Amino acid sequence: MFDIVGKRFWFFLISAGVILIGIISLVVFPLKLGIEFGSGSMMTVSFEREVELSQLKQELASLGYGSAIVQRSGEGDFFIRTRELTGEDKTQLESDLAAELGQFKEMEFYSVSPRVAEETARNAAIAVAIAAVGVLLYITWAFRRMPKPFHYGTCAVIALVHDVLVVLGIFSILGGIWGWEINLMFITGILAVIGYSVNNTVVVFDRIRENLIKGVSSSFEVVVNNSLVETLSRSLNTSLTTLFVVLALLLFVGASIQNFAVVLLIGIIAGTYSSLCIASLLLIVWEKGEWGRFIHWLPLPVRAEK
Amino acid sequence: MTRRNTLVLIIILALFAFALWALLPIEGERFGRQGIRLGLDLRGGIHMVYKADLSSVEPGKETEAIDGAIAVIEKRINLLGVTEPVIQRQGADRILVELPGISEAEKAKRLIGQTALLEFREQVEGEDGEMEWLPATAIVNGQEKVLTSAYFKENTEVVPHRLTGVPILIFDWNEEGSKLSKEITGRLIGKPLGIFLGDEPLLGEDGQPIAPIVRATIIDSGQIEGLSWNEARDLSKLLNAGRIPIPLTAIYEQSISPMLGADFIRMSVTAGLIGIILVLLFMIIYYRLSGVLASLALIFYGALVLALFKLIPVTLTLAGIGGFVLSIGMAVDANVLIFERMKEEFQTGRTLGAAIETGFNRAWTAIRDSNVTTFIVCGILYWLGSSIVASAPVMAFALTLFIGVAVSMFTAIVVTRTFLRLFVGTRLAKKTSLFSIYPGRG
Repeated sequence: MFDIVGKRFWFFLISAGVILIGIISLVVFPLKLGIEFGSGSMMTVSFEREVELSQLKQELASLGYGSAIVQRSGEGDFFIRTRELTGEDKTQLESDLAAELGQFKEMEFYSVSPRVAEETARNAAIAVAIAAVGVLLYITWAFRRMPKPFHYGTCAVIALVHDVLVVLGIFSILGGIWGWEINLMFITGILAVIGYSVNNTVVVFDRIRENLIKGVSSSFEVVVNNSLVETLSRSLNTSLTTLFVVLALLLFVGASIQNFAVVLLIGIIAGTYSSLCIASLLLIVWEKGEWGRFIHWLPLPVRAEK
Repeated sequence: MTRRNTLVLIIILALFAFALWALLPIEGERFGRQGIRLGLDLRGGIHMVYKADLSSVEPGKETEAIDGAIAVIEKRINLLGVTEPVIQRQGADRILVELPGISEAEKAKRLIGQTALLEFREQVEGEDGEMEWLPATAIVNGQEKVLTSAYFKENTEVVPHRLTGVPILIFDWNEEGSKLSKEITGRLIGKPLGIFLGDEPLLGEDGQPIAPIVRATIIDSGQIEGLSWNEARDLSKLLNAGRIPIPLTAIYEQSISPMLGADFIRMSVTAGLIGIILVLLFMIIYYRLSGVLASLALIFYGALVLALFKLIPVTLTLAGIGGFVLSIGMAVDANVLIFERMKEEFQTGRTLGAAIETGFNRAWTAIRDSNVTTFIVCGILYWLGSSIVASAPVMAFALTLFIGVAVSMFTAIVVTRTFLRLFVGTRLAKKTSLFSIYPGRG
């Protein structure tokens, strides 16, 4: 039988490493706000004539939109993000572009005022916070017959915070490379990951609850280890089936749902890992009062280098 | 037991048949629902949110002012002939306008945003000697008032001129307008009367501002000449629809071409199908006969959820499809939990019948508790969606995921168990290797 429990501090170290890299990346490449959170206007245009990205950029700059973000999104299609355009600005910009670069079709146009953007960002943050509190309360309630129900709730919440941090960090690395912005689909993805991560954690906790009631062993560590091993194939299989569909979304729907699919992809992997290796193992740390070991143990690699 | 199982099986098959009947053909009408309702991002259209400036409205009359604005916008949109427009108040001072399937976004926006107020102006010599257009005012009932189309009766019409046949827009003044007009036109005889739409002069067909010379005092009714037929008709309709009583500014705008929407639908259908096929293959390869039964349950699941989307109806957006596709992956979770349990039961040497019953019973608490957390998150997402302007994607995701997970609890538990029970007592039941890959390994 695998000994997962015994290697718990290794798992914590892996997570700490990934999160640390993520935090460094967040500092180096702060997440770019999409227009829903950062306000502005965005349009997708499709030119009839062949147009080069540099040509379009130059043209926009000469029209006074030098700070516009321009990306190619397909054959002759471009994404243009500018400051918030009023109706007149937009009509003017469109006729100027058409005059210089030929006719084009406008596929999509979004415009968000700063006030709306601020409101959206605030409510999204509130939603994530309420989700965490809701999960804490629910799990504490669901495990109310257990000796320390609050431990279960807290560990599940730590695991979900872990997942959110991992997603943010990795997303910032990818965003730094490909210039991705966070939008409302990103937040939707984050909340879906929270639901998914806790869903996984609860399945493992449920098994711990059952094994404790059955009295499998008097050692809490053995009970947790058994529960982890018993639920391992279920955890992996469910994650696999979910990954299949998320990959299909990512590959076949593409850009407009990309944020959502990427967040889920990272989140499902992180969520599976954290429910097995973080949430359950922290239960042991708490049960055995090992929190102090984090402090004693963390300098170890440094000493080993000497 | 078996008789009861047969009964449940018949109910399930009937439900499946009902779901298929309700769903197919997708575009067909069932219970008054025509096809699956698609969101703006999938069928194209405009989503605008306006903020009303209520500073000039008397306290306590805000609701009235907003309702008035909504009524006017509704009338104007009716001129466009949009099917299923949504015009709603949002929060204290916002108005949401959704026009699905519209391709002339600019025209629609101009029509909604129009002040639709004609203002009459007179030429006055400014300090620098140049002629300036200033609002024509007169004193009525002790107050100085500007002559505008606010004093028109809402029955303007366009008719051909009796002699020349050119279009003329005719209007009647209301009581107050008559007094103002009598006063103003009386003193402007022989001089031009400028007509302004908002701050811009109203331009005629020839591109020149329309500013007729007043020939006689105008008391009851007047006419505007010089517009083309189309312009005159549009203006007349706009004037009859009334004036928006409060200034509106667009704070959120989204317009999507219907062409783009069609692409999204095609791509999401591909993604959904490929996702389902991968999940089915995985389940069948890993769980064998049990996996086949779970796959049947998953197909039933797909039909039932889509039928619900159509009948409720749920407005399907790209995010909503994301939620549905995600729920396919999660829908088999309950089955995975149960089959893993059954595997353990086989290992302790139980028969198929016993393994099914204990497997399902033991997996139940995990299925229940884990799905409740998904429901909590769906509830929060729904709240988030309802509290923000760009609400559609978030709400649709929450709703489709919620329906998906709820239905999957039914299909994965009731449907799969019923199918599995059919094998109890048959010869196949002895071959536990059909139901699990590690049968009876102690």
